[in-house]
Amino acid sequence: MSDQSTTAHGASSTAHGAHASFDTKPIWRTFWILLGITAVELILATIHLKTGFPNKYVLNGVYLILTLSKAFYIIAEFMHLRHEIKNMIMTIAVPALLFVWFIVAFLWDGGSYNNLRNRYDAHYRDANKVKVAPEGGERAPAAQKPGEQQ
Amino acid sequence: MAQAIPAGTKWWSGGKSPFNVEYGKLMMWYFLMSDAFTFGAFLISYGSIRFASNGWPDPNEVFRAFPGMGDTHLPLVFVSLMTFILIMSSVTMVLAVAAGHAGDRNKVTFYMILTIIGGLAFLSCQAWEWTHLHGEGAWWGRNPFPNADGSKATTNFSNFFFTITGFHGFHVFSGVVINTIMLIKNLRGDFERRGHYLMIEKAGLYWHFVDLVWVFVFTCFYLL
Repeated sequence: MSDQSTTAHGASSTAHGAHASFDTKPIWRTFWILLGITAVELILATIHLKTGFPNKYVLNGVYLILTLSKAFYIIAEFMHLRHEIKNMIMTIAVPALLFVWFIVAFLWDGGSYNNLRNRYDAHYRDANKVKVAPEGGERAPAAQKPGEQQ
Repeated sequence: MAQAIPAGTKWWSGGKSPFNVEYGKLMMWYFLMSDAFTFGAFLISYGSIRFASNGWPDPNEVFRAFPGMGDTHLPLVFVSLMTFILIMSSVTMVLAVAAGHAGDRNKVTFYMILTIIGGLAFLSCQAWEWTHLHGEGAWWGRNPFPNADGSKATTNFSNFFFTITGFHGFHVFSGVVINTIMLIKNLRGDFERRGHYLMIEKAGLYWHFVDLVWVFVFTCFYLL
């Protein structure tokens, strides 16, 4: 039935015969992968909080890799892009490469701005070194915090 | 549906979509690309400002409450629940699309209802979290949380947090509205009469995109 409908529409993303039956196994597999990755992130964060073990910079790298793999599974499986033809994949993937420049350029610029201010703006540099007494008496846990950690 | 694509098809010779997808679906993809760059601009400016600051509040100190349990000293538990809810509603959305392919109208209705419930649950969680943070004194222009190193923080943290999660929450809200319209159309039998459920697929693309953005928001605000 969906046969005539999709062809009547001129084109069909669902034209791959293999997916006509649409067994739900790959969907649930993707779900478990996404859930598993999120659980790993949660566990890593908790371990870091308790022991400080994975160095924060290493941990951030791991988070980014895990995030990108989650993004891949959502786009490829849930949004079905992996099963489209190559033209379709490329019309999305190639413009998305702009993000590489976008991220590198702007983070670099932010870091550079901070370095310049620390070097030439003494007021900015010194103001950032002043430790504030933990504000808000009701947030008692903040009291044990100043200084250490990171 | 079962038509296989012949090898050596000349996609660019005219007369057919070179992308082999229906027009509306292609346009939905392009819209999502532009939306991705909007969110990208938000998140990258957040990153840029964070790189331009000597200190930043520790998310583990900020996000650690859970409804009804007060201060749990377990950061990320609540936001992980939110992530789970959103992933789960993405799954029910795919199942609705799958049911649409099978032409099973009742199943589409069932899974669309589940997806809408998931979206509403996520929005409720976010409303709770905003209320909680507002109660702690955080809002646009106000930031009670000191930097991780104990120095005084600027208001950048709250400004970006509320702007970006708010923009995302607005997308979730629009997604719920779109899904509700799809549900109503399905209940009226519009798609059955039309012979295909492509509208469900397009709404699904939008819904998965909302999930996709959340993955990045989650990492940028709660993990890094």
